[in-house]
Amino acid sequence: MGRLATFASDLTSNKTLFFGLSLMLLICLLAVFGPFFVDFANSRVGATIPRSPPTPEHWFGTDGQGRDMFTVMILAMPQTLRIGLTAGLISLSVGVALGLIAGFVGGWIDTVIRLASDVMMTIPGIAILVLVAANVREMTVELMAVIVATLSWMVATRTIRAQTLSLRERGYVQVARLNGTSGLKLVFVEVLPNLLPFIAASFVITVSNAMLATVGLEALGLGPQNELTLGMTIYWAQFYGAIIRGMWWWWGPPILAIATIFVGLMLTSAGMDAFVNKRLGANS
Amino acid sequence: MTSNYWDYVARRFGIMLLVVFLAVSINFALPRLMPGDPIENQLNQLMASGGGAMGDVGAMVASYRARFGLDQSIVTQYLAYWQSIFSLDLGYSLTNYPERVGDAILAGLPWTLGLLGFATLISFTLGTLLGGLMGWPRSPRLLKTFGSGVLLLSSIPYFLIGMILLYVFAVVFRIFPAGGGMPFGMSAGFNFETIRAIAWHATLPLLSITIAEIGAWAIGMRGMMVSVLGEDYIALADAKGLKPRRIFLRYGMRNALLPQMTKLAMALGHIVSGAILVEVIFSYPGIGFRLYQAIQSKDYFVIQGIVLLLSVSIAVAMFILDLIYPLIDPRIAKGK
Repeated sequence: MGRLATFASDLTSNKTLFFGLSLMLLICLLAVFGPFFVDFANSRVGATIPRSPPTPEHWFGTDGQGRDMFTVMILAMPQTLRIGLTAGLISLSVGVALGLIAGFVGGWIDTVIRLASDVMMTIPGIAILVLVAANVREMTVELMAVIVATLSWMVATRTIRAQTLSLRERGYVQVARLNGTSGLKLVFVEVLPNLLPFIAASFVITVSNAMLATVGLEALGLGPQNELTLGMTIYWAQFYGAIIRGMWWWWGPPILAIATIFVGLMLTSAGMDAFVNKRLGANS
Repeated sequence: MTSNYWDYVARRFGIMLLVVFLAVSINFALPRLMPGDPIENQLNQLMASGGGAMGDVGAMVASYRARFGLDQSIVTQYLAYWQSIFSLDLGYSLTNYPERVGDAILAGLPWTLGLLGFATLISFTLGTLLGGLMGWPRSPRLLKTFGSGVLLLSSIPYFLIGMILLYVFAVVFRIFPAGGGMPFGMSAGFNFETIRAIAWHATLPLLSITIAEIGAWAIGMRGMMVSVLGEDYIALADAKGLKPRRIFLRYGMRNALLPQMTKLAMALGHIVSGAILVEVIFSYPGIGFRLYQAIQSKDYFVIQGIVLLLSVSIAVAMFILDLIYPLIDPRIAKGK
């Protein structure tokens, strides 16, 4: 109970984190429950009169193919979030595992992992993503998440490796080691719990990077073609010249949704940084 | 220079070579890992998407077969691929058949380099200044509030800002052209008219990248400034009674600036990726827009060529920047 209370008081004093998390919570609630309140049929091509500006019937208007934009938005949001979160989770798991191994085992394994992450940092992610996406027959949400994940694990690896290196030398870890605690137990009982704030912070950054790559690929037309996603909506709007034709209701909502997601992620990340640093300050 | 520096250079050089090796190998391996015959795959996809004027298909297939050398062993193919890379032969475009991929890239490169160069320069200067002022306790409150808004903008992908700018300044208010690099049908020459026209067309794309990028530089600089201001020599300068302006510029900014410059290398890949989509939004004739066109028409060799160029040039640019930094700021080489 004490911990929860501390967390709650931290949260109210850390406004950035509070706003960021609230924004993300709002978006997630909309993404999870929104689809229950819309009629899927309205998101199909030709369901309504195309190119209509917002009316009381179609709150966000309709696009060039007669999809109802409000329905499209409600259905696209969870898909984009799903890709970003799945990619974030995969790359976080890989990153944490590699970071722990590199930091704990050391030696040539550490050298290889560090080299791999340095190399991957240099390769422009979007270039490789474009190449892979151009080669697969049919893009799906799951495949997209895996592709994006392979290129965004490095941040987590670096953070976790650096923290593991410093934790390894702490007094209580040394005592546990001298008491004959086995390596695995040392990692999971003594080290991992103390890494949790860093893992949480890396997760936000990783999801943010993954989302950026996802939205970019989709806007280039390389996303899952048969699914509604925010990036694909922008791609089609761009493809049919919605900007030049003045159809702001076509590209405005996806831009607003994407911008909100990124601002939420950034605030969460900045707030988390302050949170983690404060804990560090209190511990040492 | 110390041996430390050369260790550092050797490490960075090794990483660059690895990146180039990996980029070329991935380029080689990906189409071969896919099921089926890569040429037929590509040509079938192309025909399925209804590319009308395709030229002589038979000749194309023959030329690709020779290029892929599919009847030979995989090792021979791989070596031949490296050879063609070294001789800068990237093959032909599938959709504009007689056009060579190398020529297509060369045509777009100056546009992209110009756009990116100016955008990076402007956003680096403005962002660094803004970040420095945000980390400076004597700055007016208004500036800090304004700065926080700019920081938020940096989290949004460049091309979204580009779409909004395009709508406002080219569709609603017809101040700037809606796309392209030059007026249609204008012949380029080295004169004032041409330069003016190019600058006019580049304004909105430049602005989109700059607006989004300023915040990224400001965040880094603000952090550096705050930590520099905590140093003892700042307190000493203050105690000596130096003017705040002098402390800010000569003691604060100057020391915070160097680490900021090292971030340029890290940001390069990010900026290039972001600029690709900005070019698409503004139909700007750089390699990003060419890549988009190639993706749309499934012009595989152009995609491959541009991706290869991007990976290799970013790796080389990062290596060059890595070489220069320790010379400006000896702390970097010592830190390794």
